[in-house]
Amino acid sequence: MRAVIAEDSLLLRIGVVKVLEAAGFEMCAQVADAEGLLAAVEEHRPDIAVIDVRMPPGFTDEGVRAALVIRRQYPGTAVLLLSQYVEERYAADLLAANTSGVGYLLKQRVADVEEFTEAVRRVAAGGTALDPQVVAQLLVRRHSDPLDRLTPREREVLELMAGGRSNSGVAAELVVSESAVAKHINSIFTKLDLPKADADHRRVLAVLRFLGIATA
Amino acid sequence: MRITTWPQLVLGRPFRRAGHRTALVAAGLPLHLAVVPLWLWLAGTMAALVRAPGALAVTPLPVLLTLGLTPLLTAGQRRRYRALGGKDLPRPAVPGPGRNRKSVVRRLTTRALWRQACYHAVAGPLLAVLDLAVLAVWAAALVAASIYVWIWALPPQWRVTDLGYTTQAAYITAGGLALLFLGPRLTGALVRLDTRAAEVLLGPSRAEKLARRVADLAESRAGVLDAADAERRRIERDLHDGAQQRLVSLAVNLGLARSTLGDLPEDVRKVIDEAHREAKEAIAELNDLVRGLHPAVLEDRGLDAALSGVAARLPIPVRVAVDLPRRPSPTVEAVAYFVVSEALTNVVKHAQATRADVTVERIRETLLVVVADDGAGGADLAAAVDGTGLAGLAKRVASVDGTFSCRSPAGGPTVITVELPCAP
Repeated sequence: MRAVIAEDSLLLRIGVVKVLEAAGFEMCAQVADAEGLLAAVEEHRPDIAVIDVRMPPGFTDEGVRAALVIRRQYPGTAVLLLSQYVEERYAADLLAANTSGVGYLLKQRVADVEEFTEAVRRVAAGGTALDPQVVAQLLVRRHSDPLDRLTPREREVLELMAGGRSNSGVAAELVVSESAVAKHINSIFTKLDLPKADADHRRVLAVLRFLGIATA
Repeated sequence: MRITTWPQLVLGRPFRRAGHRTALVAAGLPLHLAVVPLWLWLAGTMAALVRAPGALAVTPLPVLLTLGLTPLLTAGQRRRYRALGGKDLPRPAVPGPGRNRKSVVRRLTTRALWRQACYHAVAGPLLAVLDLAVLAVWAAALVAASIYVWIWALPPQWRVTDLGYTTQAAYITAGGLALLFLGPRLTGALVRLDTRAAEVLLGPSRAEKLARRVADLAESRAGVLDAADAERRRIERDLHDGAQQRLVSLAVNLGLARSTLGDLPEDVRKVIDEAHREAKEAIAELNDLVRGLHPAVLEDRGLDAALSGVAARLPIPVRVAVDLPRRPSPTVEAVAYFVVSEALTNVVKHAQATRADVTVERIRETLLVVVADDGAGGADLAAAVDGTGLAGLAKRVASVDGTFSCRSPAGGPTVITVELPCAP
């Protein structure tokens, strides 16, 4: 798979490049700001762009805005945002526009090499990857709603789903069987009154409901 | 090194400044006497009242003239002290100049003006009497001490009849020398009296001085707080740009080593695993430290985002509702942030709570912060260890003139309410 990276901190950029190259990604371009990123995406049309949220010149949300542009103009390029701290509004902005091919992780997760490359692959393949802290923080905002009916275990399952895990991923994380996970998920769907359409769509809806982005 | 000569030892100290002081007294005389003609005029019209009641119409004039002259005379006194006394009299707060009737009336009704007029009209003439007395002492002292010179210098026909090179003249000389000795002390005493009167009546009143001092202190305290905050932010940025990036890079490299170098001996792999884990822990610890200093998210995105972050890291569900139309000052934001973050830490540590609620809202010029939990209660402000926990919170709140209250009956719930003043 082909990737570009936009990150103004040289050390971290080198680190991410090393990790991705070791994981078999082809690094088409390494840039340090949003403008360079858009040019690189235009030129290389990569499978994924790994983007720092804060970049020159403003050091605010240049990365998020660039990511939104990329998702709109180049649907073939997934985006994974890296952030020093969690700003759930950025994650919400990103997910409100797209529910596939997006990710939002804290920078320190790059150190967990296997999990990070797994997340990059997942996002590049059209999935999602949300940092557990993003998920926890979005939860803080939730006021009384159907989510309160979930049991703690169901909540955990839903959090992991929101983080982009598959059923087997959730099962491995919680050290339970896959069928137990499936049972929890069905219970979640029922409690959230989600329509009985195909399972993948319900999954996405449940996650969106969980994140407070979709209301229906 | 200072060398003291004999004459200096005998006469030195009092004489050193006697010249300046006497000049100060002499310069004061005309200024102190300036209002006297107006008093005489007033007395005259009063006397005339007996015969011609029509003179009543004239009586306010001297008073008004005195008030009119007051700023001029005050300026003169200030110049006198600056030029000869080597000190600046403190200035009271006086309404600024203006030609319209309103500002004239406002100036006429200030207490400062009346106190100054009091100095010129009442203290002035009294001081003038003392000025004259001191100057007379100096004149008499100089003349008497040098009596033999006069006897020698003046032609015999000008002499007072029975004054010549007699023993009497020796007594006069001695008296003159005694007066010369007294002169500087009298002058010094008068200058002190005059200065005191000028400072009390021409300068700001005690209340005004205190008000000014309070304002100065408040300003300097705010400056210190802002500087401390700025310093915290600087340290945070330095750590973020330096140590944090380096640690992440280190952890990434160790993680890479662990996952790519497959055919390693077991013990080497163990060492790398350990190093990787410790690097990640160091990152987590540094992040905690930075959050405790001044989190970047607070500076960038304000209280809402920063507090959500705090709440999300806690093991119990916390609801955060922040309603701020505008961001308060960085200092107030920082205090509010630390109040909530410390209060929530306390909740987790001590309250055995299952949930907590945080609300932050602005009511006119007050930032209201409420942290409530459903725990066991019984939190005690007085019992808290000094500088930590609740007592530390209360201090931090007091540093910005906020109020802190903690209601925590045994059995719960605990509600901490903090009000922070913020500029409109």
